[in-house]
Amino acid sequence: MRVAIAIVALVLGSIVFHLLSPWWQTPLASNWDSIDSALHITLLICAIAFVSLNLFLALAIVRFRHRPGSRAHYAPESPRLEKTLTFWTGLGIVGMLAPGLVAWGKYVDVPKDAAVVEAIGQQWQWTFRYPGPDGVLGTAGVQYMTPDNPFGVNPLDPFGRDDILVQGNELHLPKGKSVKLVLRSKDVLHDFYVPEFRAKMDLVPGLVTYFWMTPTTIGTFDILCAELCGVGHHEMRGKVVVEPRESFEAWLGQQESFNQLLAMSSPDAVTEMFRKANSCSTPATWGVR
Amino acid sequence: MATTIADDLRPMHHPKTWVGKYVWSQDHKVIAIQYGVTAIAIGLVALVLSVLMRLQLGFPGLFPWIQPENYLQYVSMHGMIMVVYLLTALLLGGFGNYMIPLMIGARDMVFPFVNMLSYWIYLLSVLVLVSGFFVPGGPTGAGWTLYPPQAISEGTPGNQWGIVTMLGSLAIFIIAFTMGGLNYVTTVLQARTRGMTLMRMPLTVWGIFIASIMGLLAFPALFVAAIMMLLDHLLGSSFFMPAMMTMGQESSTQGGSPLLFQHLFWFFGHPEVYIVALPAFGIVSDLISVHARKNIFGYRMMVWAIVVIGGLSFLVWAHHMYVSGMNPYFGFFFATSTLIIAIPTAIKVYNWLLTLWRGDIHLRVPMLFAIAFLFTFIHGGLTGLFLGNVSVDVPLSDTFFVVGHFHMVMGVSPILVIFGAIYHWYPKITGRMWNETLGQIHFWVTFLGVYAVYLPMHYLGILGVPRRYYALGETSFIPESAHLANEAISVAAIVVFAAQFLFFYNMIWSYFRGPKADPNPWGAASLEWQTPETPPGHGNWGPRLPTVYRWAYDYSVPHAARDFIAQNEPPSADAPSEEVLP
Repeated sequence: MRVAIAIVALVLGSIVFHLLSPWWQTPLASNWDSIDSALHITLLICAIAFVSLNLFLALAIVRFRHRPGSRAHYAPESPRLEKTLTFWTGLGIVGMLAPGLVAWGKYVDVPKDAAVVEAIGQQWQWTFRYPGPDGVLGTAGVQYMTPDNPFGVNPLDPFGRDDILVQGNELHLPKGKSVKLVLRSKDVLHDFYVPEFRAKMDLVPGLVTYFWMTPTTIGTFDILCAELCGVGHHEMRGKVVVEPRESFEAWLGQQESFNQLLAMSSPDAVTEMFRKANSCSTPATWGVR
Repeated sequence: MATTIADDLRPMHHPKTWVGKYVWSQDHKVIAIQYGVTAIAIGLVALVLSVLMRLQLGFPGLFPWIQPENYLQYVSMHGMIMVVYLLTALLLGGFGNYMIPLMIGARDMVFPFVNMLSYWIYLLSVLVLVSGFFVPGGPTGAGWTLYPPQAISEGTPGNQWGIVTMLGSLAIFIIAFTMGGLNYVTTVLQARTRGMTLMRMPLTVWGIFIASIMGLLAFPALFVAAIMMLLDHLLGSSFFMPAMMTMGQESSTQGGSPLLFQHLFWFFGHPEVYIVALPAFGIVSDLISVHARKNIFGYRMMVWAIVVIGGLSFLVWAHHMYVSGMNPYFGFFFATSTLIIAIPTAIKVYNWLLTLWRGDIHLRVPMLFAIAFLFTFIHGGLTGLFLGNVSVDVPLSDTFFVVGHFHMVMGVSPILVIFGAIYHWYPKITGRMWNETLGQIHFWVTFLGVYAVYLPMHYLGILGVPRRYYALGETSFIPESAHLANEAISVAAIVVFAAQFLFFYNMIWSYFRGPKADPNPWGAASLEWQTPETPPGHGNWGPRLPTVYRWAYDYSVPHAARDFIAQNEPPSADAPSEEVLP
């Protein structure tokens, strides 16, 4: 009996907790309202199942708890009832899965006009690279890295010369412009995670991964690492500044390009960069769109 | 093999010395206890580690000796111990060993010597695992998932020695499991007594049987992954290691794939969830049926649900990898297969509830734990739908929502079943009865306590609080109240931790001082309660094996004298047999 009361109390308590909880999604700052809706639909269907199943459990305990002389009903199975329940469960599953897959359909479909920006992870900081006026990122990789070329941009790739390199932990994005975030890791797994954007993706050394989104709210948000990357994992922070187009352009104009970096480096350093690049097998195609 | 199914007891290898009886024992019951005690002992280490984690998360800075590397080591060791060395070993090595021969009417496992080896090799794997705490650099801190490259590169605790002991221990464990698993499967298939058809077996045996088959198919993936990572680490191969930088230096590795490891790991790791869950499903079915004095509702459907879940669970592994950087189009397939698995799982839940309906529910401690399991499993199962539903997973992955979900579904739920099962079978295993009051207190604190621990975690996760963080630090989106939640969770966790000592006290005290138990105190129909001796002697059945005439669920049969009919009770004219079912 007490356990039935406890079940009812926990169900009601969970609902009250849900309604009063100060912990809920951060305000959405990207186009991914479809992810939020899929989450809300899933929550609603699951909540209905949670409440009804547990109340049924409590009711069964109250009604059929042992009393002197009581005896259970003998009923091995009921294929009809089981089929009915399977049908309704299937319907609930479809109700959740459909909006989930529709949202995923958008997630994997990067708009053709999305701007490309690269986020690079390393233990335990973020750096960023913009493609420059040509709109194409030059090839890059750890095989091209030297102390003076920390981004590992291939100096032989003409598309890379105008790339804009951002050393700080700060990413700037113009509001309202779709962006394909191309992700690259220099060392271990990381994950580019901005709670307000909802979207996230792992950075995998040896691979270039990506996701896309459109920032919709002006403001500054935290970038966190969401894939365990060693002792500094919790301190791997960055900031993303979403701002109007004009101030974004102004900020971008102040950043250093790879050409400028080459110009400022000592001749020895530049020689070393080219020596390293020449010793790599040259890729047949240049640039990453 | 012949001895396990023979009526004649004499060919059995009867131990003559104390050591032969209790140490190098080939008796499945002794091996089960050895497995169980070892698993619970190492589980206690994991329990302490979880308290240490909660101390850091609830009261950051208060314990300066918990550094980030220590925290990550606690996380990693806690996870691996709980999943593999406690849950898998206890449910299959412990309950599997004890229950299979008794429930199917065999004298022992079909390969008693291999069974004994299985335990000792398991013990070796535990010792190698524990040695990780004492090697230079301490145990691995790569998370229980051990993802490369960081598991074997700079910046991760235990990347030199700790990871070697971990991988070595896993490989040894898998050898031990294979010996046990082959035994369980063969015994179920070959050593059932007269009349014990497959469709008359208790669901406990079905759950353990299918879980063992799954383990035999899934663990090899982890085995090769462990061996390949050991080669990468010790011999400098590049199975999982791409060209990369490590602490400012270019690595000598090239061309390996970190994603390959993740696929191998989860090809094992997802079935592993069900390797733990299916025995728990089976056991809880029997607890509910016995204590509700009613047959399990829809037995045939329950069996098929176990089989289907077992099969499907091999097709869903990459739902752990939606944001791993694998081809995103996989998401469509794995989300669909994952949500389909919810259907047979939901059927199981309905049938448990329908078993209670119109039952005669005795709310004894084992039943209370079974009911608590239903509540936590419904909760944990439903939150799994969020994470399986690919796009919904994206904001939630690697947050505390995941932590809340998997603890609810594969931590709390099976452990509640294990508690229920220990209370349920304790009188048969020891011949004595535990203390009811202590059992009740243990139940209430544990049940309410774990919900207080895990419910708020889901909300922290929806807020976006990431997991595996030593400290949350300064962020713009985590309010002060979230730190308060962490404090409350830690207090609840410590209370639950403390309550477990009531359980241990109760079990140990009752073993020596508890009142003598009735051989069948719950009035159960299944075979393990019908042994001539309690606890069962070597060979289980005395001079003649039992003959089975009915399924394990003849409870409250109309017109029968008692409210249960034992499986080995011959049909009589006035009591209808079980032939309502095929």
